[in-house]
Amino acid sequence: MTATFPAPQVPSAGTTAALKVEDLSLAYIVRGIPRPVLRGVSFEIAPGEAYGLVGESGCGKSTTAYAAVRYLPRNGRITGGRILIDGADITKMGSDEVRQFRAKHASMVYQDPGGALNPSTRIGTQVIEAYTVLGQSQDEAQKNALAALDRVNIADPIRVFNRYPHQLSGGMQQRVVIAMALASDPQLLVLDEPTTGLDATVEASVLDLVRTLRNETNAAVLLIAHNLGVIRSLCDRVGVMYAGKIVEEGNAVEVFERPQFPYTVGLLRSLPRHGVRKSQRALATIPGTLPQIGTDLPTCVYVDRCPLADELCRTVVPPVVDVGVGHWTRCHHYDRIGDIPEPDSGVGQVATEGAEVLALSNVSKTFHQSGHSVPALVKVDLTLNDGETLGLVGESGSGKSTLAKTILGIEGPDTGSSILLDRDELEPTAAGRPVKAKRSIQIVFQNPDSALNRGWSVRQILGRSVRKLTGLKGKAADDRVDKLAHDLRLTQRHLDLKPGQLSGGLKQRVAIARAFAGDPRIVVADEPTSALDVSVQAAILNVLSELQAESKTGYLLISHDLGVVRYLADRIAVMYLGRIMEVGDSETVFRGPNHPYTEALLSAVPSVDGEPAARIRLEGEIPSPANPPSGCVFHTRCHRFMQGICEVTEPPLIEVEPGHQMKCHIPLEELRRLQTKAKVEDIVLTTPPEALEAAVAEGIEPG
Amino acid sequence: MAVSVTNAPGPAPAAATPASERAQARRETLKLLLRRPGFVVGIVILTFWVICAVLAMLEVPYTPWDPFDGYDLTIDNPAPPSSEHLMGTDRLGRDVFSRVLYGARDVFTVAPPAALIGVVLGALLGLVMGFYRGITDDVLSRIVEAFLALPVIMVALLTLVVLGSSSVVVIGVVGILFTPIVARTVRSAVLAERQLDYVTAARLRGESGPFIMVREILPNIAGPIVVELTVRFGYAIFTVATLSFLGVGLQPPSPDWGLSVSQEYSNMISGVWWPTVFPALAIATTVVAVNLIADGLQSVLSE
Amino acid sequence: MARFFVRRLALSLVTLWLLATIVFVIANVLPTDIGRTILGPFASQQTVDALNERLGTNDPILVQYARSMRNLVTLDFGDSFQSGAPVMPTLLAAMGRSAQLAALALLLTIPISIVAGVYAARRRDRPSDRAIVLFGVTSSSIPEFVTATFLVVVVGVGLGWLPVLANPPPGAGLITTVKYLLMPATAMAVVYFGYIARMARAGTIEVLQSDYVRTATMKGLSTNQVIRRHVLRNSLVPTVAVIGVQIGYLFGGIIGVEKIFNYNGMGQLMLFAAQRKDIPMLTAGAVVIGIVYMVATLIADLIIAWMNPRVRLDEGR
Repeated sequence: MTATFPAPQVPSAGTTAALKVEDLSLAYIVRGIPRPVLRGVSFEIAPGEAYGLVGESGCGKSTTAYAAVRYLPRNGRITGGRILIDGADITKMGSDEVRQFRAKHASMVYQDPGGALNPSTRIGTQVIEAYTVLGQSQDEAQKNALAALDRVNIADPIRVFNRYPHQLSGGMQQRVVIAMALASDPQLLVLDEPTTGLDATVEASVLDLVRTLRNETNAAVLLIAHNLGVIRSLCDRVGVMYAGKIVEEGNAVEVFERPQFPYTVGLLRSLPRHGVRKSQRALATIPGTLPQIGTDLPTCVYVDRCPLADELCRTVVPPVVDVGVGHWTRCHHYDRIGDIPEPDSGVGQVATEGAEVLALSNVSKTFHQSGHSVPALVKVDLTLNDGETLGLVGESGSGKSTLAKTILGIEGPDTGSSILLDRDELEPTAAGRPVKAKRSIQIVFQNPDSALNRGWSVRQILGRSVRKLTGLKGKAADDRVDKLAHDLRLTQRHLDLKPGQLSGGLKQRVAIARAFAGDPRIVVADEPTSALDVSVQAAILNVLSELQAESKTGYLLISHDLGVVRYLADRIAVMYLGRIMEVGDSETVFRGPNHPYTEALLSAVPSVDGEPAARIRLEGEIPSPANPPSGCVFHTRCHRFMQGICEVTEPPLIEVEPGHQMKCHIPLEELRRLQTKAKVEDIVLTTPPEALEAAVAEGIEPG
Repeated sequence: MAVSVTNAPGPAPAAATPASERAQARRETLKLLLRRPGFVVGIVILTFWVICAVLAMLEVPYTPWDPFDGYDLTIDNPAPPSSEHLMGTDRLGRDVFSRVLYGARDVFTVAPPAALIGVVLGALLGLVMGFYRGITDDVLSRIVEAFLALPVIMVALLTLVVLGSSSVVVIGVVGILFTPIVARTVRSAVLAERQLDYVTAARLRGESGPFIMVREILPNIAGPIVVELTVRFGYAIFTVATLSFLGVGLQPPSPDWGLSVSQEYSNMISGVWWPTVFPALAIATTVVAVNLIADGLQSVLSE
Repeated sequence: MARFFVRRLALSLVTLWLLATIVFVIANVLPTDIGRTILGPFASQQTVDALNERLGTNDPILVQYARSMRNLVTLDFGDSFQSGAPVMPTLLAAMGRSAQLAALALLLTIPISIVAGVYAARRRDRPSDRAIVLFGVTSSSIPEFVTATFLVVVVGVGLGWLPVLANPPPGAGLITTVKYLLMPATAMAVVYFGYIARMARAGTIEVLQSDYVRTATMKGLSTNQVIRRHVLRNSLVPTVAVIGVQIGYLFGGIIGVEKIFNYNGMGQLMLFAAQRKDIPMLTAGAVVIGIVYMVATLIADLIIAWMNPRVRLDEGR
């Protein structure tokens, strides 16, 4: 067992903490052997305060959250420490007490709201239940449940009452879950990745809601999120977890701006922030991997991966050091944080003025479902040059993936569409394309677990692609495999392993190597890093930009993460309901003025660098592609809607300035004027933390 | 869920080679299996019967087909179990112990080929249905559904009446009746597998359908197929025994267990239980053993 | 729901047609001389030919097929080779008696196995769970006639509690009938216990791990409330499907049981037909049981659809 410490000092707000976790240790019993997951976690949250736990998957942050409500997996055992809620230790409660505690004092909001609601029970019944469990009568509960739905901004509570979960969108489902969580006016509200998996615009509105509700209740909020932007936008204080231990804690803004633990530094530097681009610098990576659950870590938990580690770190348990008001770190060398080497410089400016590799004109794709035709792509025109990265953004259902599939030949486009590869017309489906075309267009999938055949060794996976796509045989093919492995920094040992034996990052490298087997002209990267942790994401983004600098391959990058898009993309195309709404150079698009949809999308993203000054809230849901709105398809949600024009005529995609096309009735200059008024400042670096907090507390409204 | 215990990607010990890691994984699986008491009991019982089947071919205490010497059908009654006849004798004066030993041979010659036919044909059919989907799947699914609606015992009865009873016909009929059941299981495994991106990746490099089915997908569904083979083996014993009992499987004077029960059960009422109960116990233990093994495999392979 | 029902019914009819065709192929297309099969090796060729002529087995195969399809539509499977009487009335009477037996078996097994399965899921990996699973594997492995044998020896002969023959005396009341049918029904129920209990357990375990059960638990509901309000309705879906399938298969296992207990039902009728090579009777039996199977699975599917709002509200297929 690891050595224990006195609980670190927390700024006492004069009141007792709503949640106080003291030296909590927890283990999972795997095949009869306890494997420590939490190694002495201590923190406390005052009433009305929001506390965030950050860290990569497997660090124990979710385990901590579930332990705080005593919802442990079957093989989880608390092996030490206490969890006090209002002074009562919940680790010692009997099952009746725990039930009372959950009913009255603690609530939870989960990732994947769809799964969190019972699919065969009406919404009303489920919400009412949250009140009847408090001892309310059916009538009373029903009245309160309707009010609760109203409170979470559900427009028509009575209608929603009679619906089943599958009839609601993800955002609505999450509102219902939040409404149930607030039923008991809890002292502790645990949010476990509450917006993960939701679209950026929906995420923004859910975050707005949580922020508003926080002001109305006095609940202590424990927020778990892998997205540091979400944490920063909601939390007062933050704890950074690594290998089952909190290694640094402090005011959220301060920790994110002046990290004092090497891991925090690495984590923050590995993010593409402050609008940095691949040409400027590479992203920092953290060498090595998270220690496996149950590994014995007698001294500093981060010692194996730390650039500052020395003999002291290996032999002496680091003390808790105060480095500011309420800000502490568990590092021997916090004073040498500045010595951590900066990442390499970037790949430099890549010439993107190369020849046109891919040209799409008039590409449409219509799906036919039980008699209805559903247009997924509508007359898309797009080009991609040698060595250029085109970022494709838009909410889910916007047609990004369909566009990628059409280019790859997984889905054949409608007749009348034309896709030119190096000026040659491409066959609609991959099966009909010659080997030369197949090797020229390859893909890196989102999830490497699914993308690699788990029954094959890495050597087989790469070898088969090389032989099939290049026609090389024997030694020549083997050499090519070795070269690919070398380019992706895979060793000979890795080549003999199966995907299941590799970490997520290594798997994605194999997938990239496979895409590059036949010297492709174009690689489609479909959310290439969204299944990976940020430190691994950084390495993958670096590798992708290096490979591109060498090979001049064109990338079609699909990503919901605008930081990633901004880092990697030279040009950006914004899609909505199967149409391109805006295309332009990356910097032009991020700087603006933008199409109103792009404007809303950019303002929706919570950034680790601080909040945008204003947020545009998109009204309603994305319409069904089967029945798109008249005129401009965005007019139903547009905050700059002009009656009489927008719902009548669909604007064409026209060049509004050199290298910048837009599909909007409002002239560029007018957009510029409107948008500078409510300019989206995406970096508020210099804002002092107090001012920011005050701003958050007031709840910023657009305009 | 809150935690991922099993998928924590960890660096393998530096010294181990990939091959030995895989051998290690196999050993782990075996260890997990051996930790399940049901599986171990199943293996022990099955081994016992296999040894019986082998021994029976070499030597049995008495010949299973003839009354023991000195037995007079007209005056002697079936003898209860004794030191001389461990399981007694039947109404024809035959040594039940010898017959039960010998009957094991029939079980292990008829049931495994029937199960194998069902699994091989079913796996092929399931692969094709799951992989090609569309109209191929729709048509084949209807046919499979029709076969599944057939009452197995009834159809076997009908077929054996039409074609006459013999081991070969029993094997064929049971094998074919098992095919759609296996096909349905394999089909759903293939459907799940087919949604994975590696299949798309294979198509994008121009692999043919048969290559993807056999080389890419099949190895990944080997687990369910092995389980299915074991389960079908159990049901083959179950079905063959039932058919023999109904009198349309193996024919007298075969010492087949089901047939023995069929020949002797009417004497139970008069207290002569041993010629019926011992073969019945033999059937029960064998099928239970095979199903315990299948259950263990299923739990461990699906973990 | 209506759309689902129509679609499902249409598919059933296609399946039924295919099933009847398969049975036709087995009975009429396999290369066998039916007359010879019936009359045996010692009959003269002349007699055999005459019989084949009378039975119509010499007709062109399509004519025979058309005849069998007409039989299917009219549910009249012709006359018995053995008695010359139409097969259907005899078959239906026997099926009625078998249905009594089957109903008792289901009545015994369904509630017990569902309760045991759900209980096992709640006590997952504890000794009681392991015991239920082990008993389930064992019980569903052993053929009905073997279980029946053990029951006869122990309960019938050894303890003398229940009659070893299943045919109740004429005019017997309900209690007496049940008493006579109890042992054969138990022999069948034991087999189905394994299937149903294991499915109920697996379904319940899956739902217990679902996110919405977590939500319900976190609301502060007690375990019993969670099970009743959130688990059962979702977790018993696969169980309902299995029960539907097993009702069809029940009639396979019933043959052996009826033989052991000398019960005057469909199984005995089929065995008798098999001994007499009475192909029309066997064909009718196979097709009618197929129909029973399809009706049972259809009802099960409708129950499942009704349990799932997505299907009930006609939004998905």
